[in-house]
Amino acid sequence: MAKQKQVLDALGVQRAVTRVAHEILEANMGIGDLALVGIRSGGVIVSQMLAREIKKIEGLDVPLGIVDITLYRDDLSAGTHHPALRSTEIDFSVDDKKLVLVDDVLYTGRTVRAAMDSLIDFGRPKMIKLAVLIDRGHRELPIRADFVGKNIPTSPNDVIKASLEGDIGVDIIIND
Amino acid sequence: MLKRKDILGLSDLKKEELELILDTAESLREVSDRDIKKVPTLRGKTIINLFFEASTRTRTSFEIAGKRMSADVINISASSSSTVKGETLIDTARNLQAMSPDVVVVRHASSGAPHMIAEAIDASVINAGDGCHEHPSQGLLDLLTIRQAKGSIEGCRVAIIGDIEHSRVVRSNIYGLKTMGADLVVAGLPTMMPAGIEKMGVDVAYSIDAAIKGADVIMMLRIQKERLSNPLFPTEREYSIAFGLNSKRLELAKKDVVIMHPGPINRGVEIAPEVADGSHSLILDQVKNGVAVRMALLYLLAGLKQGDN
Repeated sequence: MAKQKQVLDALGVQRAVTRVAHEILEANMGIGDLALVGIRSGGVIVSQMLAREIKKIEGLDVPLGIVDITLYRDDLSAGTHHPALRSTEIDFSVDDKKLVLVDDVLYTGRTVRAAMDSLIDFGRPKMIKLAVLIDRGHRELPIRADFVGKNIPTSPNDVIKASLEGDIGVDIIIND
Repeated sequence: MLKRKDILGLSDLKKEELELILDTAESLREVSDRDIKKVPTLRGKTIINLFFEASTRTRTSFEIAGKRMSADVINISASSSSTVKGETLIDTARNLQAMSPDVVVVRHASSGAPHMIAEAIDASVINAGDGCHEHPSQGLLDLLTIRQAKGSIEGCRVAIIGDIEHSRVVRSNIYGLKTMGADLVVAGLPTMMPAGIEKMGVDVAYSIDAAIKGADVIMMLRIQKERLSNPLFPTEREYSIAFGLNSKRLELAKKDVVIMHPGPINRGVEIAPEVADGSHSLILDQVKNGVAVRMALLYLLAGLKQGDN
């Protein structure tokens, strides 16, 4: 029997994003050389939310990009279903930037690996950090997030559903 | 996902399939604008360009497309192939198959040659031009170019002018454009017009002026000197006067008309230099889109290959 439980409501998501925005600015000591890159598709909205918070705090726009990892996947030929290929949109130079890669849910880490490979093909950033709204564990690669909105312990069978448009909230669906 | 092994023509591709290819190509255009023009998607895949006919643009375009996606690309041309030693087409294909390529790109002077190869081997086959039949990747890059310029292909009035009978580009374009809902008119000398062309669902005009009046897109075709044993017109100068596109004639078309040509252009014959180089010309956009479309085809055929299709 599957059970669905809300782990973050709209206000909770907003508080987590606000805190992560502050943490990013604190770690970076301001907005200098900072750029956000959202991973398609879930990370894009989180990166836009973070950019809005950063503008509220610092009064400045932070460069914002989108990375599509389809071309860098490690399971292309495995016969699994893939979302349609969309383009990567990074209209600023990544050279010497402090990039913050943004995703909604961190799980195996394979998506982040693909996104890092993609970013490195655009140039040589000064550093790449990782911000996620939810960390659900079960990593398959040596990757960890620098900024986490909320840690949610899960079992591999569970599903995390992050709705970030309309009725905002994060739910966990527990399958026993 | 494209559920087919080969791309042999646009005649049997459904609208959703055309749209998937065009959308994928649109997303892949960005790769060619990068400083590092390479993505790892087709790492470990082998693509063979098997060209029995001369080609610079198409072969280079397929080669660049494959290399930008990290595939290994091997070129075989007629002069260096063992067909000159008497091997049959099917034997050549089976020998290549024995070396396990993922995609074989075929150009041949005989219509249907790629279809024959596709049936004989397990690798995906892309038709890069067969006789006077089809040239699907050219048709697709034309669709992409029109969609970019006009926003949508549906309802566009497209005039195709030149040697309709001997052009494989025309046939692929007619199939693709009709499927996408364009309105088509073809024009050329009577010697260049195949009997029954109107059965393909196109209007036929016998003067260039009638064809380009009100057109959104004008597609000029090359006079294929190498394919003709008997000349279809007295002199190039005469052809140019009767069917060449110049700036005066262009005034008959819509203000925002776009000019296309599959290349290589014969300057001053079918197209005047001031038109080919003018602001309405999309000829070089077509070439750029050619790489993106071929990347999309290779990605959809080789990158997403499944055991069961």
